[in-house]
Amino acid sequence: MDQRRRLRLSLGLGVLTLLLVVAGLAAGSEGWSLTELVRLLSGSDGATIVGQIRAPRTLGAWCVGALLGLAGAMAQGLFRNPLADPYLLGTAAGASLGVVLLLAAGAFAGSSFNLATMALLARFGLVGAAFGGALVGVLLTLALARGAQETVRLLLAGVVVGVVLSALADLVTTAVPDALRGKQVFMLGSTGFLGWGSCLALGVGLLVCVPIAWRWSRALDALTLGEDSARSLGIDLSWARVALVGAMALATGLAVSQAGLVAFVGLVSPHLVQRFAPAPHGYSVVASAAAGGALLLLADVCARSLIAPQEIPVGVLTALLGGGYLLWLLRRWRLT
Amino acid sequence: MGRRVVVWVAWLALLWPLAMAAQPLNLRDDRGMQIMLPSVPKRIVSLLPSLTESVCALDACARLVGTDRYSNWPASVVALPKLGGLDDAQIERIAALKPDVVLVAPSARVTERLEGLGLNVLVLDSRSHDDVRRSLQVLSAMLGAPEAGERVWRGIERDFAEAAARVPIAMRGRRVYFEVDTTPYAAGESSFIGQTLARLGMTNIVPAELGSFAKLNPEYVVRTQPDVIMAVDHSLRDMPRRPGWGALRALRAHRTCGFEGARYELLVRPGPRMGDAARMLADCLETLAEQR
Repeated sequence: MDQRRRLRLSLGLGVLTLLLVVAGLAAGSEGWSLTELVRLLSGSDGATIVGQIRAPRTLGAWCVGALLGLAGAMAQGLFRNPLADPYLLGTAAGASLGVVLLLAAGAFAGSSFNLATMALLARFGLVGAAFGGALVGVLLTLALARGAQETVRLLLAGVVVGVVLSALADLVTTAVPDALRGKQVFMLGSTGFLGWGSCLALGVGLLVCVPIAWRWSRALDALTLGEDSARSLGIDLSWARVALVGAMALATGLAVSQAGLVAFVGLVSPHLVQRFAPAPHGYSVVASAAAGGALLLLADVCARSLIAPQEIPVGVLTALLGGGYLLWLLRRWRLT
Repeated sequence: MGRRVVVWVAWLALLWPLAMAAQPLNLRDDRGMQIMLPSVPKRIVSLLPSLTESVCALDACARLVGTDRYSNWPASVVALPKLGGLDDAQIERIAALKPDVVLVAPSARVTERLEGLGLNVLVLDSRSHDDVRRSLQVLSAMLGAPEAGERVWRGIERDFAEAAARVPIAMRGRRVYFEVDTTPYAAGESSFIGQTLARLGMTNIVPAELGSFAKLNPEYVVRTQPDVIMAVDHSLRDMPRRPGWGALRALRAHRTCGFEGARYELLVRPGPRMGDAARMLADCLETLAEQR
């Protein structure tokens, strides 16, 4: 029964992703149409418009969503908390503080970065800063909450850390306005300028994080029975924590450094997967990544085609979709 | 008898300006509100750079007692107390300056608070050429020299005409992409920058129906292949690295106008220096025509 549902979900996500990729390639500044796509591909513009703009943007949006979905699934499993997500743990706020600090340092040194178009070396520096910030954020939260045992304490600590770190980031941008010219874009998330360089960084990140999540998924399964049971199963929890927190910080840091703050994808994707196909973590972390990718790609396609040739910030759409889903979830909880 | 008349006339001539200054002024701002000022204001606070510039263009710079933090032209306003920005104006400091009138933009959040403190607040919009002209008229009426506003405006018009005449025939009607932010946001046909470009005979790739400042899909810029690209210098340098933007023919052929610092500020301020901005754009278009 469960096996079949999992198969159905995998197939569904696969088909949906394929459809969205086609939609992503077809959705352009003139709204979206397949005939236009065929015309573009046969013309001379195709290499630029489809090959250099739409393809990396589509792939990049999927990767950002996948990293966030993966980070969310790891957080929810590790902290045994259905509301754990890169946002509520201070990870995203930490990552954005890291990004802002690096940009401020750049502005002081007389150079100005653009998130999407920076040179490769600067890109690695940025990912490093975001990763460091994300790690600091989640560790602060854990320290404040004295571990992850108590849901309420963990969430409160996460909220406090998130608020304080984003206030610090705001303070930096007020003091050094040059640090973040496109501040609004960063805060609302943007997929507009994802190029092949971003895709490479994001892809490498996925290749690193997914195996880590997969490798420690048994620890997540064991944790659902409680820490003592997990230990009695012979699982080294401290190593599992280090690996998973590290992978989560890396996934969130990468996503934030390339696309800014995109809300709710990390929270919603694991929920969707659990709803459609309850499964051990080995399956659900990978499926959450796939669901996150599909979700952000859907939001991106909508963002560029709803009022083309203008755009809606993609983070606004994910917040609307995710917020709506959460409200619906809360209502169901109350009813049952 | 003749001597007496002369004395009277002399007295009148002496007292007339004082009488004028003491006359109450009735002004109508862009909210449609009637603002009553007991006399020509001697202490003015301006919370928008373009309004600061307008006050100075009307020869009343000496009456400014404070400005927002971005006002930096003419040089004399730099030394004035800086009172914050549109969203974070420092109400207490403004009140302490005891201004006779505070000039603000419609989006300012302080208007109600300042009025609540009994200050006169004049709300002036400056989003289009017409707005700038109207602001100049209202401000000159406020300063007791109603005809000065039109005089300044005629100066701007002269600059527009002179700049337009200088735009080479080869450049006229060319399609321009004017980037105001790397997001990318563009100055559309209906913005004041777009209006200036139209006065110079240029076409805009962002039509009026998309609004004054449209957030564009980056692909749109690549597909429309503008003939000329205008932006801040460092964004311009950055553009070839944006995905797909290397294919922009204007970038490849260096048909670009880059502006840095003070020169860019001049372009994005809807105030009395719009004529200078138009002349600067014409300079660049002339240089581009020579390159071809």
